[in-house]
Amino acid sequence: MTIDLKTIKHISKLSRISVDEQKAQKLAGDLNSIFEFIEKLNELKTDNVEPLTSVAETTLKFRSDEIKSENIREQIIKNSPEDNEDFFVVPKVVE
Amino acid sequence: MMSNITTQSLTSLVDNIKNKELSSEEVTKAFIERSEKSKELNSYISEDFSNAIDKAKKFDQNPNFDLKLPGIPIAVKDLFCTENVRTTAGSKILENFVPTYESTVTQNIWNEGAILLGKLNCDEFAMGSSNETSYYGNVQNPIDKGLVPGGSSGGSAAAVSGQLTPITIGTDTGGSIRQPASFTGTVGLKPTYGSCSRYGIVAFASSLDQAGPMAQNVKDCALLQEVISTYDKKDSTSIDFKRNQYSKELNKDIKGKKIGIPKEYRVDGMPKEIEDLWQKGIQYAKDCGAEIIDISLPNTSYALPTYYIVAPAEASSNLARYDGVKYGFRAKGENLIDMYEKTRSEGFGAEVQRRIMIGTYVLSSGYYDAYYLKAQKVRKLIKNDFDEAYKQIDAILTPSTPSSAFKIGEKKDDPVSMYLNDVFTVPVNLAGLPAISIPAGHDTAGYPLGLQIIGKAFKEQEILDVAYAMEEKIGFKNKITDWWIK
Repeated sequence: MTIDLKTIKHISKLSRISVDEQKAQKLAGDLNSIFEFIEKLNELKTDNVEPLTSVAETTLKFRSDEIKSENIREQIIKNSPEDNEDFFVVPKVVE
Repeated sequence: MMSNITTQSLTSLVDNIKNKELSSEEVTKAFIERSEKSKELNSYISEDFSNAIDKAKKFDQNPNFDLKLPGIPIAVKDLFCTENVRTTAGSKILENFVPTYESTVTQNIWNEGAILLGKLNCDEFAMGSSNETSYYGNVQNPIDKGLVPGGSSGGSAAAVSGQLTPITIGTDTGGSIRQPASFTGTVGLKPTYGSCSRYGIVAFASSLDQAGPMAQNVKDCALLQEVISTYDKKDSTSIDFKRNQYSKELNKDIKGKKIGIPKEYRVDGMPKEIEDLWQKGIQYAKDCGAEIIDISLPNTSYALPTYYIVAPAEASSNLARYDGVKYGFRAKGENLIDMYEKTRSEGFGAEVQRRIMIGTYVLSSGYYDAYYLKAQKVRKLIKNDFDEAYKQIDAILTPSTPSSAFKIGEKKDDPVSMYLNDVFTVPVNLAGLPAISIPAGHDTAGYPLGLQIIGKAFKEQEILDVAYAMEEKIGFKNKITDWWIK
């Protein structure tokens, strides 16, 4: 299987990473060599194997849904690249 | 006294502070002074030296000698969030990020009296094996100029080996503590998954990430593990198990311990030096009274391909949060989507973008079963191999890496050859096991080589004991020439 430029463009869109022609070429080369390496897994028969989703063999603990931190608006907004003190600001999305 | 402070082990610094031979201020200043002279190593991303001296003075005024790390200065990997101290994860996208909270692991260290020196360089988002993917430049290995320190905890390994900090913490997703420890002649422990809290650690691959100690010797490593390993409600995968007093319980007597030697780790093209080191290690273990047993981990060769599906998949999901809105770098865009795309294209480096793309692809519609689900199934087989082997043995001995440290730039343009560095370390993360790398010899160039001891889940004490016993037999001396100090 080879990953063509059209696929690269598709993944780039899904990843929200802009990719120009030159970068797409480079990525296609890299990804193809990586996937060639990954394809080794096809040698293994795994039809009856249960997928492993977590190595921590404990069931997740429940906790009550309580408010633990209050009045942290300032802390939350502190690192935003653009805000109006109350909200995060993004480019206009509705006309 | 001042001149030899930085060569002392953590354990002796703690003793010297406790018996008032040294003050915290003297110790802190000694490491700062040496760090100032060591800019060429590029170990630090952010320094916090003047605050560190203030904290040391404060400690000396009102010392608490009951603490485990009384007034000890420590620099940490820049992947741990530190309150009010910039945390970059080696990325441009977090260049100006100043956390408003503290990671549990670092909080545990400060609670025992330690003092933050600064934040150490690492591969961007811990994705790399040479520290060359850091936005803040590569790190020099104190062993020799032009040599990589390994990665991703490269700044941490260089700082311990170069004596810029008595001890440090790193994170290990596929070998990021053990491989740089091996490349720099230091000791590094990757604990069992769930042993150290992931709260406040910049996430890479959540089912694999673990924090762990890096030190000059096994005892120091055990002491730090004792401090950082706690059950934490803030991490839903933190595990509530009985933790040992690892340094106090260290026991050199490993007579009768059964140590497995997995034949599948004898990989194609492995240099003779590594094979010789392994044979030497087997002999050391025998000399300590351990019983050596040949074992098989048949699916070993599938571990790396599995890792390069699972880790990027989780990374692509974890890194979706960097969108230029809530924190981090933002690029100008014509509209919201354009802003997202430019922010991520300009904010992430090439390796991180590559891994996000791999991860996105293997999780995308039509490919999920063929790649991600397949990898999870193979991961199960790899874990089964270990479970089966551990029915007849207590621990496993392997080389830590397939080679010694390589030159800066040597593997940068060939991702697959870079990935092969982690061939002996990755299976451990996939199975969630603890493993330690200890320095065990030198290659012909005089570069250090490490041996890895893998344990059963939650049996950190057992592998620390084996490492402690072998360390004494090996008698390794790191060759640090201070070449970077003018």
